Amino acid sequence: MNQKIAVLTLLSQNIQKRKSALPLPGFIHTRWAKGLGLKRGGETILYTGQMYQIVPYLLALQRRQRGIPSRFSEKLIRIILLINPVINVSFLGTIGAVKREERDYYFGVLKKIVAHLRQNGIEPGYLYEKELYAGTLAHDLGLERVFKEHTRRLLETFKKDGVKTIITVDPHSTDMLKRVYPKAVKGFDFEVKSYLELLVEKGAKGLKAKKDEEVVIHDSCVYARYLDVIEAPRRLLKRAGARIREPRFSGEITHCCGGPAESIFPEKAREVAKNRVDELTKEAKTIVTMCPICHLNLKEACGSGARVEDLALCV
Amino acid sequence: MIRVNPQLKKEIERYGDFNANQCFSCGTCTALCPMGLKILPREIFRFSLLGSEEKLKEAEDAIYSCLLCRMCEANCPQGVKISENIRILRTYFTERFFKI
Repeated sequence: MNQKIAVLTLLSQNIQKRKSALPLPGFIHTRWAKGLGLKRGGETILYTGQMYQIVPYLLALQRRQRGIPSRFSEKLIRIILLINPVINVSFLGTIGAVKREERDYYFGVLKKIVAHLRQNGIEPGYLYEKELYAGTLAHDLGLERVFKEHTRRLLETFKKDGVKTIITVDPHSTDMLKRVYPKAVKGFDFEVKSYLELLVEKGAKGLKAKKDEEVVIHDSCVYARYLDVIEAPRRLLKRAGARIREPRFSGEITHCCGGPAESIFPEKAREVAKNRVDELTKEAKTIVTMCPICHLNLKEACGSGARVEDLALCV
Repeated sequence: MIRVNPQLKKEIERYGDFNANQCFSCGTCTALCPMGLKILPREIFRFSLLGSEEKLKEAEDAIYSCLLCRMCEANCPQGVKISENIRILRTYFTERFFKI
């Protein structure tokens, strides 16, 4: 069995059975919100799509995978696919391999987003354990039947909770909910807004960048070319007082971080990320991202002379 | 020699709005592709339109390596919905070959 079919099968099992690409127990994917006092549900909710929460566990899985000699991998894949419907192998594989500082970082991004929203007069609710993944990988990789099934589950969750407005935190979930879902499932009529756009709309109050920090922007392909969200991150950074540098390929012609190839062609993904990092670091040593997948890929490709920072933590 | 299935395009079209026939093979997409695979995406579209399932199957890795980043699409002079076409091909592969 080739790696591609194995990944597709595992994804299909996970999304159908556990409603997520990398299913984490509810107490883990909601842990970031502990102590924030976010109300349960409500008409306006913050939707994380579990994206930032998944990244540290994805990194842990990658580390585990690299440690397995290739001669065992074929057998191991077969065993995993056989037992995964019964035991959550994806999560099991991360146990003991998650780095606390990575988890704190990505959970910290979500906390900071809530702080920014509150500073601008927005008090969103959160669905906690009921929040589902958006199904992006099923859609993008052509698992259409699995994706269609998932869209109905997500619609039902939002409707049951009386949700009207959804504030998103990453480009992939934003694109799914804003552009794909209304076409894929009948009755998906929610207002969907990225927190970046919302903060700009509300005047972007209370933002502050590090003094005199020069940053280079890495636009997410999805924000820039699918959703036309190009100005909002720049406005937020300017408002915070950051000095922005633009790489040769930015805005509508931004270069990809390689992330979407990570699940099936990890080596090629790293090569694309390395090229992008070289391009970005010609402008500044702090790279600003607005997507957890871009952050993960660029950070992995970054040497010690540069750092990658999520926009929410830069302002 | 290439075995041609005249029904292939129709079969692919069952999975969505496949508009590869608008491609006039200028090569802009291939030149801009960050993955640097010469077969991406226009040659794949030619195989689909021609009805060569075998050639399409050989291009399986390229089809799945597409980042869906739309760099090519933003610069396509013909307005081909390249990323959506690739996604449709993946759906075709999932159901026709992988049976997932």
